[in-house]
Amino acid sequence: MEVKSLELNTQQLMEIYYFMRLGRAIEERLELLYKGGRLPGAIYLGRGQEAIEVGASYALEPGDMLAPTHRDMMSQLPRGITAKEIFTQHYARTNSLTRGKGEDNYQGDLKRGTFATVSMLPDFYPVAAGAALAFKIRNEKRVAMTYCGEGATSVGDWHESINVASVLNLPVVFIVINNGYAYSTPVYKEMKVANVADRACAYAIPGAVVDGNDVIECYRETKKAVDRARDGGGPTLIEAKTMRMRGHAGHDPAKYMATEIIDLWTRRDPIVRFENYLIERGLLTDESKREIINRINAEVEDAVRFAEESPYPEGKEAIEDVYRG
Amino acid sequence: MSTAGNQKGTSYIDAISQALWEEMERDPSIFIMGEDIGIYGGAFKVTEGFIDHFGPERVIDMPIAEEAFIGMGVGAALMGMRPIVEVQYADFISCGWDQIVNVAAKMHYRTRDAVPMVIRGPSGAGLRAGPFHSQSPEGWFAHVPGLKVIVPGTPYDAKGLLKAAIRDDNPVIYFEHKYLYRRLKEVLPTGDYTVPISKADVQREGDDVTIVTYGAMLQTALEAARRAQEKGISVEVVDLRTIFPLDKDTILNSVAKTSKAIMLYEDTRTLGIGAEISAIIAEEGFENLDGPIIRVSSPDAPIPYSPPLEDFFLPQVDDVLAAIDKLSAY
Repeated sequence: MEVKSLELNTQQLMEIYYFMRLGRAIEERLELLYKGGRLPGAIYLGRGQEAIEVGASYALEPGDMLAPTHRDMMSQLPRGITAKEIFTQHYARTNSLTRGKGEDNYQGDLKRGTFATVSMLPDFYPVAAGAALAFKIRNEKRVAMTYCGEGATSVGDWHESINVASVLNLPVVFIVINNGYAYSTPVYKEMKVANVADRACAYAIPGAVVDGNDVIECYRETKKAVDRARDGGGPTLIEAKTMRMRGHAGHDPAKYMATEIIDLWTRRDPIVRFENYLIERGLLTDESKREIINRINAEVEDAVRFAEESPYPEGKEAIEDVYRG
Repeated sequence: MSTAGNQKGTSYIDAISQALWEEMERDPSIFIMGEDIGIYGGAFKVTEGFIDHFGPERVIDMPIAEEAFIGMGVGAALMGMRPIVEVQYADFISCGWDQIVNVAAKMHYRTRDAVPMVIRGPSGAGLRAGPFHSQSPEGWFAHVPGLKVIVPGTPYDAKGLLKAAIRDDNPVIYFEHKYLYRRLKEVLPTGDYTVPISKADVQREGDDVTIVTYGAMLQTALEAARRAQEKGISVEVVDLRTIFPLDKDTILNSVAKTSKAIMLYEDTRTLGIGAEISAIIAEEGFENLDGPIIRVSSPDAPIPYSPPLEDFFLPQVDDVLAAIDKLSAY
């Protein structure tokens, strides 16, 4: 099968930039809508995580499977999930991917290679390992990838699934986004290891720490892991060090986060860093950047309008589709 | 509880093995995973010889990691496989609770994606196995929309319902009563057959009292019915077979005929299956009743180890007969 190379070409770099910018624009719009009381439910923002969200997911190919969490909407953009689908989902409309059944970021589409997540963490670690098991049984050259935050690494499922995936040598890539906090709990209250990825040796699999705000590094390390999995080399654990730049959910002002920390990580903004990279290589100018942002803003506004004009499901649909058949 | 001895035919456990074997022969997307199921053949030998025939790719030994391999079943099912997960004892299914009730059960509702998987395990008491190897956990899962819950009471149903469960596109919890494994035999049809899910079975027809039961308690009910007949009381025995979603019609039709209903279940009393069926009869069959609905169940206690304790704990034939006598006064 045709796979991407480790070195990204111009078109791919610009595509990654588009997804990062689109992700941020969607989240900024969601934040406004939430604060304005326009959404029926919650929002979970991954602002600051654009590099690992897009960079890791971009390493997958069509046919691979992505198993994200509620904060990883941006990772679904390279899988083909659209702004319209994200807004209809948040607006709980009948034409959303879950027809109003699932909440905020819980959209997915198996055909486009991304599961619809659940709240319990890291429940999709086992699910991704199971998808990888199916690929292995059928001798398919497909890879599963799953995300969780460092908070979810305290849960037994996390250990169980990585261990089993190692024992069975499954084609799966485990991503941990270490974003500093599990809700309000800082990392130092979650674990004593310096790096989550250090635990990889306990499962006899490769582990890597990446700069979670450097999209090129996120892509390259993940890409190596995806290639290794596809070639029969088994699972990899990747930890991306980054920062959750908002509270746990929309209602959380995150006053437990020191402003100095936020200021520090603002200066490390993954989008600004990637823009500088592109500008240095002559791939982006102020003018082309403005053009891209304008295009994305129009796309987002169009999606919001589409969602607002979309109908709600009918109440009686609440008891439909509990079972297949 | 009692079972008739010296029967001929296929045992309850062999009926289960046959269903698994024949389905795996029929459909290459079916595979089994669980603890000690490969070379060892499973703690109860349900999968003995399977790994030699089907290979380690389809008979997969797992580490002690129920949450992981039940979740892996969901992932594989979503990718088009039909996994069968064996939990070594039904009691240990609690270790995989979250994946069952949150991931498997709610997937189709949200995404319309099928999760065709079966989670099976040996349940039930009577073997002096204590609080952690004797439970009847079907009630836990009968409270979770999106799951189907099956507890067969005969070898015929064990085989036919397991085949139906494997072919079903929903997550199915299938509890095998381990007391029946080698105690109950029945001559089975030679060809392929299935038993429909969510369809109860009138195991014995009668006119005076209905006993609604399932699992190993079916044998207790049948023995009580035989002894009641000696006293001239005609007892109808309804075997639920599927615990959820329930077959209300068969229950209500039987109560309409007999006007008296006993719920007999091995699970603990409060919020057990019998409690739910009592409510259904009270709501939808009230005008047919000539007496109170009686529950004969295990008490609200863990399952004890010592023989006199366990015998006291489990519903006995005499307990059922006492309920029949009580209802006969109406």
